Amino acid sequence: MVNNQPKISVENLRLSYGHREVLHGLSFSVAPKEILGVIGPAQSGKTSLLRCLNRTIDFVSNAFVSGSITIDGEDVLRTSDVHTLRRKVGMVSPLPVGLPLSIYDNVAFAPRCGGIKNKDELDARVERCLRQAALWDEVKDRLHTLGTKLSGGQQQRLTIARALSHDPEILCLDEFSIAIDPVTTMRIEDVLKELKSHMTILLVTNLVQQARRLADRTMFLWNGEIVELDRTEAIFSNQPRDKRTYDYIHGLFG
Amino acid sequence: MSASPFTVTPLVRRNMRRELVARIVLGAMVAAMVLPLLAIIAYLVAKGAPLISFKFLTTNPTHGMREGGIWSALLGTIYLVVIALAVSAPIGVLCAVYLNEYAKDNWLTRMINLAVVNLAGVPSIVHALFGLGAFVLFAGIGRSILAASLTLAIMTLPVIIASTKEALAAVPMSFREACWNVGASRWQTIWSIVLPNSLSGILTGVILQVSRTAGETAPIMFTGAVFFKKIQPGTLFAYSLTDQCMALSMHLYTVTTQVTNAPEPLPYAIALVLLGAVLAVNAASIVVRSLLRSRKKW
Repeated sequence: MVNNQPKISVENLRLSYGHREVLHGLSFSVAPKEILGVIGPAQSGKTSLLRCLNRTIDFVSNAFVSGSITIDGEDVLRTSDVHTLRRKVGMVSPLPVGLPLSIYDNVAFAPRCGGIKNKDELDARVERCLRQAALWDEVKDRLHTLGTKLSGGQQQRLTIARALSHDPEILCLDEFSIAIDPVTTMRIEDVLKELKSHMTILLVTNLVQQARRLADRTMFLWNGEIVELDRTEAIFSNQPRDKRTYDYIHGLFG
Repeated sequence: MSASPFTVTPLVRRNMRRELVARIVLGAMVAAMVLPLLAIIAYLVAKGAPLISFKFLTTNPTHGMREGGIWSALLGTIYLVVIALAVSAPIGVLCAVYLNEYAKDNWLTRMINLAVVNLAGVPSIVHALFGLGAFVLFAGIGRSILAASLTLAIMTLPVIIASTKEALAAVPMSFREACWNVGASRWQTIWSIVLPNSLSGILTGVILQVSRTAGETAPIMFTGAVFFKKIQPGTLFAYSLTDQCMALSMHLYTVTTQVTNAPEPLPYAIALVLLGAVLAVNAASIVVRSLLRSRKKW
């Protein structure tokens, strides 16, 4: 798994909302084509970490970020081209958001924003992304009905399709399976394993077993600090380096 | 004694009684609001309708307002409303888009928002004095349709900004975040998601200002409206921007207070025309809004 240059490298990342610091100096790196699982209880800073990676943290008016995040050698926190950055870092938020557009337009939205106008190319891309999100079979006959009229689980898969639609090199999944039934979750997990051949994936999840199934390495984040970051087998072994990791995974926390 | 699950207990009975009282009180409030409105309309129709005819609408007043129609006042009001909104609607809407979508939340933005809210509450006579000073005298436009329309535009601007901001804020934040997450710029987000879904609210806010613009007398009294002006009948282009004009609201005021021996139904007929015009515009806005809302997407 170890590659010469890390895809993402984070150094001493600190984030505060007003005077409350929520990330206390995180340092880690992610190799290309790795799946990094991120587990941790609520309020541990998982979502905030992802929002730093694609700079959507900019929209939180009282957020202050310091330290450095480098993706492919480029300084994320100082880049002027956030739109390209966000196309490179796909993001799936935990609550499904169908845009008030047709299913087709939901998926074609990002490519269109990126300047793709060719109809055939858009068609192919929409079909590919919907298939990857395990939604194609359910919606292929009604692509031009509203995306917001889909069920919660379907909208969540639509959100995943949208995140894949701009060909990200890094995919951040924030609790993607929260609204999806177990069978479909498994289908998407299989897709993630395929995507791994050309994508780096950050998988934030409350389902520790999901991290165990998918992740190459797993990070246990607690109160804005990395308690432990190790190969997934080591984290889930009977003797992880930190006792808190064992307690969390086995529900003995607190 | 074992109570059946559907026995009416004293608690349930009390709740039902309260429910009934609330229903009656709230219903009475609605009646108190609707009845006077209906009474006004009925009174105006009863008193003014006999005078209204096509000829009444399309001829100039004659014999010192005592005979003839209201053509020059009707057309004057149309000019004032159209020009005022043509100025204030685009500026107001774009301004609200900036304040709601682009401006950072800092003390300057908060000051501007506060100023907008306060301006919306300024009495129209103050706007009139501002218009007189700024447009008529300082800018040298003179008393004219243009100066009066600009004064009305200034008056409606803060209300349009406030209502547009409200319409924009009603579009859920999560939609914007979803767009930003896939790399859309702010403008792409606004153009493809925010504006299409707030259009009905924006239009409603703008159209409501039609009635306010048509009804105000004070702002135009100093800046461009006159007691009497004869214009060419039969054409919509009888006024030019630098002309002074008559207006329905002002006409109603002068007929009731300045003209002796005016026929009794005349003021009622003028009020009825003004009311009818405003209702027609509002009705149109309701149609537009229901068309847009039938496409409501979430």
